[in-house]
Amino acid sequence: MSYISSVVLTVRAVWHRSIRPALVRDTVLLPLLGFSVILALWWSVATFFTHLLPTPMEALVANLDYLLHPFYRRGPGDLGIGWLLLASLRRVFLGFLLGSLVAIPIGFWIGMSRQAMLAINPMIQIFRPVSPVAWLPIALAVFNLANPSAIFVIFITSLWPTIINTALGVSSVSQDYLNVAQVLEMPCWRQITKIMLPASLPYIFTGLRISLGIAWLVIVAVEMLTGGVGIGFFVWDEWSRLNLNSVFLAILVIGCTGLLLDVLLSQVQRWVTHRPATIR
Amino acid sequence: MTNLLTYLQEKRDRSRGTEDLLVIRNLTKIYKRADGGEFLALEDINLTIKENEFVAVIGHSGCGKSTLLKIVAGLEKATYGSVQLQGHEIRKPGADRMMVFQHYSLLPWLTVRQNIRLAVDEVLDYLTPTEKRLIVDEHLAMVNLTAAADKYPDEISGGMKQRVGIARAIAIRPVMLLMDEPFGALDALTRGKLQRQVLDIWDAQQQSVMMITHDVDEALYMADRIVLMTNGPAARIGEILEVPFPRKRNLQELRNTREYYELRNHALNFLDHHFNQED
Repeated sequence: MSYISSVVLTVRAVWHRSIRPALVRDTVLLPLLGFSVILALWWSVATFFTHLLPTPMEALVANLDYLLHPFYRRGPGDLGIGWLLLASLRRVFLGFLLGSLVAIPIGFWIGMSRQAMLAINPMIQIFRPVSPVAWLPIALAVFNLANPSAIFVIFITSLWPTIINTALGVSSVSQDYLNVAQVLEMPCWRQITKIMLPASLPYIFTGLRISLGIAWLVIVAVEMLTGGVGIGFFVWDEWSRLNLNSVFLAILVIGCTGLLLDVLLSQVQRWVTHRPATIR
Repeated sequence: MTNLLTYLQEKRDRSRGTEDLLVIRNLTKIYKRADGGEFLALEDINLTIKENEFVAVIGHSGCGKSTLLKIVAGLEKATYGSVQLQGHEIRKPGADRMMVFQHYSLLPWLTVRQNIRLAVDEVLDYLTPTEKRLIVDEHLAMVNLTAAADKYPDEISGGMKQRVGIARAIAIRPVMLLMDEPFGALDALTRGKLQRQVLDIWDAQQQSVMMITHDVDEALYMADRIVLMTNGPAARIGEILEVPFPRKRNLQELRNTREYYELRNHALNFLDHHFNQED
């Protein structure tokens, strides 16, 4: 009896100390409430308009195969959703990496030089509002292949936010830090690597996170147009087969992956800058 | 290793010299306004600072005292006149005139230790890594920050940050130490403690210091001479006070002397007088 009561006491103590009720409410209960409201809405709509939508339960059952076997290979073009996701991620990473490698130096350059800013800024302002998908025909004409064209579009997508934020970060490096560098007689190159780069890293990461977020938005649209293997074409393909169940699954997978990408990048930011990712 | 020992020895053996270290002659600073007009900030400043002398420059805010320090640091250029350190004209910033900044200017992405190490790496680049580490450790200990050595600037108090700033400045053995209202952003209790600490360090290893302040008590407690600036625009040196109190000074004892109050009132009257003139 005393054993049971001590267990109860321990559980209660742990509950109050480590898994605080308020924390559980904020991180588990309230988000769950939000999801269940949406789910209930979907369910009620699907129940009344059966020809429009599958109910959540029907969608789950229909997608069970995808969920249980994400990495199946059943002949050419018939791949599990995990493979499709990896193919899309590969395009995004390649384009994003190339874009960042170009954008960060350009951002640095226009952040440091007024002339460069005046020369390049108008171009950026004109290209930035253009939907990156509009570059696809040009890319297709140049590369003649779907895959490099998709990567090129992601490359273009990744340029603008990173350039703009890097330039902002570099041009707003505190004069105090530059005074320290000058008093210590740092050569120009070391001022860039030792002072300006670390000082503007938070801004650069903000740019990178916006870029990656938009790139993940754009890849779905690009793949719908180019076809091939990828989560975006999967969405279009399933719609063509009037299989809305899989479209619901795809939306959920795309959303979770986007969230994961942003969380990962903010972890990298925390690790690189030694400071929590507060911006944005 | 011998390098380091001679460096430390040399620092301690230096006694108060009579040689002129910093000579400012007929310095005038004019700012160009955006509308094309001119603003006369400093007019005809003449000042000589001797070796191992502690000079405080005091004046109302906006009187151009910080500008004067920046010109000595090389961060700004004089419009007319000359500023010479050890006979050489000052044209650009240099580690021989290391600054202690009002707002600390620590690099937030480096730890306390790394902040000091950065300065040592840049300036004492001929030392071996072991010697550099010894110097950093020694100066961390000197400002009682050994325990906080691996913290980031965000994680320590204002007083601790300024101690890092001071350690960073003296670690690279500048010819002259420039302090721009070093205690201005600190609360009164921390300020008193840190003034004591800086004086202790200064007593132990003599060094020429030019300190900007707006606190008469601070100047009387710390300095050998006090430069009183008139109000800007066209700020000039109004008067130079000799502070006769012997070292090592004790603030409580100082406060009990009549001389202290006479000097204090004299300085305050001077500042009040020039402040009222403004209105």
